Amino acid sequence: MVNSGLEVLFEGRNFIRLLAGLWTSLRIALAAFGLSAVFGLPFGLLLASKHRVVKFILRAYLRFIWIMPQLVLLFVAYFYASSALGLNLSGQAAAVIVFTAWGAAELSDLVRGAVTSVPRHQYESAQALGLTANQVQRLVVLPQSARRLLPQAVNLVTRMIKTTSLIVLIGVVEVLKVAQQIIDANRFSHPDAALWVYGTVFVLYFAACYPISRLAKHLEKKWPN
Amino acid sequence: MDVNTLLDYLPLFAQAAVLTIGIAAMGVACSLVIGLLGAIYLYFRTPVLRQFFAVYIEVSRNTPLVVQLFFLYYALPKLGLVLSSAVCAITGLAFLGGGYMAEAWRSGLEAVPPLQFRSALSLGFKPIAALRHVALPQAMARAAPALTANTVFLIKETSVVSVVALPDLVFVAKDLIGASYNTSEALTLLVLFYLLILLPVALAAAALERKLRHGEFGT
Repeated sequence: MVNSGLEVLFEGRNFIRLLAGLWTSLRIALAAFGLSAVFGLPFGLLLASKHRVVKFILRAYLRFIWIMPQLVLLFVAYFYASSALGLNLSGQAAAVIVFTAWGAAELSDLVRGAVTSVPRHQYESAQALGLTANQVQRLVVLPQSARRLLPQAVNLVTRMIKTTSLIVLIGVVEVLKVAQQIIDANRFSHPDAALWVYGTVFVLYFAACYPISRLAKHLEKKWPN
Repeated sequence: MDVNTLLDYLPLFAQAAVLTIGIAAMGVACSLVIGLLGAIYLYFRTPVLRQFFAVYIEVSRNTPLVVQLFFLYYALPKLGLVLSSAVCAITGLAFLGGGYMAEAWRSGLEAVPPLQFRSALSLGFKPIAALRHVALPQAMARAAPALTANTVFLIKETSVVSVVALPDLVFVAKDLIGASYNTSEALTLLVLFYLLILLPVALAAAALERKLRHGEFGT
């Protein structure tokens, strides 16, 4: 096949550019996940606690975030910040803020689920054995909730990575945008480049997410509930 | 925020909402069917088809919809397969959702004790009838929370179909922001319309889940 479009991938630095684009997405996903953990863990513990007002507010927040498409949240953060608040947020900054808001909501719900799923008798048995409240939390509740939380939290990482594909729509130059640029630059020499370049992006995303979702499945099997 | 502008934009958004709902409904319906087929083949360990669906589930669950849509819309025509925007969007949603729905159906089917199925066979049910009248109703009750969560997820995912040039809610909002700078009005309507679409679905899902949980005992 002459000029099938496959060569485009290996011309100049095209393939490296695609990988760099993917790295931009991954970096945003990882930063947002780290920040989500910072906010999500305390939120989750509050949700599992008995503070009624705090729980009500957090639940309303969770509901809203859960119902809104992430792209709508991105649009609100990106366009509203500049028009109404006068902030000139970059696309990347808007993405990290929105994915953190979303990730913290998702993670706090997972934390709540993990903590409340520890059966009551575990607390009571630990107390009967003479453990202090602190020891009950540290030695009994925490290890058990961590085992339930970890597989789901790992799964959230893959969802975070997949969601970063949306940021091309608020003008961030990531892997899809680089793919578009490569295709446009070679429109005349390689009219069929789209097939190979978008195919490569597809494979790259799969390569980034599949090992992580395998890890999540492995952890789930290792610690059955 | 200007109320008159909101009212001016209302018909545009209403029209886009109809499109969003239509695409979402078709996508969810197709993915439910694909998922059910996949789950049945996995459950009965049908050779070849089982492996096919196992690979399909991993691919569809580990790639983003935007990338799937880019591939369908911009790459497939190079192979001579030109799909219209709407067909692309529905195919993309069905491809993505099929994987998620298959997992949901499968976990439901696997929760039905095999004895139920075998008893039905011994009572003279044909396999298909045993599946339809005995295994699936029980599986559905188990799978319902995951199926409804996936439905909400897929409706939310519909928000990206503007990448295949469909004039959906996001497309209209972006168009108005670019053309007139009435950013707050456009974003308010965007959020309101998604609430209007998704809130009833989420509430119905919660009600359904409560009703089904009633039927379980001790778990």
